[in-house]
Amino acid sequence: MRPKSLRVRKAKEAAYLAGFVLAVLAALAVLGVLLWSIVAQAWPQLRWSLLTNYPLTDSTRVSEAGYASAIVGTLWVVGLTLALSLPLGIGAGIYLEEYARQSRISRVLQAGVTNLAGVPSVVFGLLGLALFVRAFGLGKVVLAASLTLTILVFPYVVITTREAIRAVPQSIRDGSLALGATKWQTIRKQVLPAAAPGLLTGSIIAAARAMGETAPLIVLGSIPLMQFLPWGPDSLFVVMPVQIYAYFKTGPAWHGVAAAGMVILLLILFAVNGAAVVLRNRLQRQRW
Amino acid sequence: MFRRPAARGESTVTEAEPERIPEPAVSVVIEDPAIESKNLSVWYRRKQAIKDVSLRIPRRKTTAIIGPSGCGKSTYLRAINRMNDTILGCRTTGEMLVEKEDAYGPNVDPVLLRRKIGLIFQKPNPFPKSVFRNIAFGIQLHYRANSGELEGIVKSALEQANLWDEVKDRLDESALGLSGGQQQRLCIARALAIEPEFLLMDEPCSALDPVATAKIEDLMFELRKEVTIVIVTHNMQQAARVADYTAFMYLGRLVEFNRTRDLFEKPREELTENYITGRFG
Repeated sequence: MRPKSLRVRKAKEAAYLAGFVLAVLAALAVLGVLLWSIVAQAWPQLRWSLLTNYPLTDSTRVSEAGYASAIVGTLWVVGLTLALSLPLGIGAGIYLEEYARQSRISRVLQAGVTNLAGVPSVVFGLLGLALFVRAFGLGKVVLAASLTLTILVFPYVVITTREAIRAVPQSIRDGSLALGATKWQTIRKQVLPAAAPGLLTGSIIAAARAMGETAPLIVLGSIPLMQFLPWGPDSLFVVMPVQIYAYFKTGPAWHGVAAAGMVILLLILFAVNGAAVVLRNRLQRQRW
Repeated sequence: MFRRPAARGESTVTEAEPERIPEPAVSVVIEDPAIESKNLSVWYRRKQAIKDVSLRIPRRKTTAIIGPSGCGKSTYLRAINRMNDTILGCRTTGEMLVEKEDAYGPNVDPVLLRRKIGLIFQKPNPFPKSVFRNIAFGIQLHYRANSGELEGIVKSALEQANLWDEVKDRLDESALGLSGGQQQRLCIARALAIEPEFLLMDEPCSALDPVATAKIEDLMFELRKEVTIVIVTHNMQQAARVADYTAFMYLGRLVEFNRTRDLFEKPREELTENYITGRFG
């Protein structure tokens, strides 16, 4: 046997490390350029009245245009989507991971859920339009949008739930069962608390996904010029991405307002993320 | 909540074809056993891990099961409280009489069975909760207890496990911060809190240092008057120290069962002698 040269081995290590750092820097650079270009465009239009004014199309009053109805609409739609998709997705994840034996049916179910994540979102919009808006007769309302987005984010919640549950060591389940706990007691009192941080991560992904979706909601009939605030699940609605798209399409004079909308959307996203992180830290402390 | 059977040594691998099992050498008759298996066999899919084991375990004594890795001793232990049920593809035949009632009978709920049979695992597995909540968990599974009642039971369980003095000031801290030996005694306290009639111990000291091991053995010595203890160990000195009776298993079958001293001093089977003198295993 010929010994491997230590110099070559160390050089390889350095080369790979350099490659990894470069990959991180590339990602950060793209993010930086994106943020900078948005903020630079939005800067002239960043004002508090964005939050309180209603949308306009009159090009002489660009500086009076706002997002009031879209912000409230986004909060309604995303909130209701989470309220529907988290119980459903976490429930399905628990079933698949803890109860479903590795039968043929359960494998088909799992493949179905995973494939659902790969369906283009506009397809969900068409489904929502046909099913919730027309067949169920809900109309173009918040609830129809939330139901549609629920189907869209459901697979993500299921997948992250399963990963979080799988990460809980089997020895904890064994310890609980050996004390005479039922399966449900074991899941409720040991597995879910231990998996809570992971479940929260799934919720953030779901919220971010729901917040950014544009295509299915345009198909569904979100109205970009709403002059009132959505009041509930049965209200007509507009959401931030649709409103931003509408402003952008109106003409070059509106690009600043559109960019300002993106800043607002990002800030909402950061706020949701931050709240989840705080909640996660608190959960981790509460575990003992 | 199931897993594949752990890959054991190939020594357990046997096709499910008829095989002559030699009669075990049983030199002592246990009258009125607390646990009795009759022709118990356990399969992991098509691999037979336990072959026709008939064994009578005495009440309020300590019985050790020894044997080389993969001999089926842990599987036998877990067959007593039906923990093997959680393993996918595991199948049990024959009878496992716990206080005269077949644990695998139609009227037995494994949840109730496990409630009266504590199990201590090889690796200490405290819950990722406070010391207090670790003990309270088992009580709250079965009872509605107010905080006064809970505190009383938690304290007495920790005292029984010789752990109270070490943890009384850190009941609200994470159990994961305890040392390995303390964690294992916490697991014992956790099991004792719901007053089991039996305590099964699956190599409880194999992850511990000698000092922690001595503490667990002292504890077993104190407990044996109150509960029926079955301990699986690959440490023969330990079996000699703590057990009243000892069973030797090899390749899934029971080879010999006797009073501990007799088994170690005058084994009847050559296999037993070879094992306890360290010629294999």
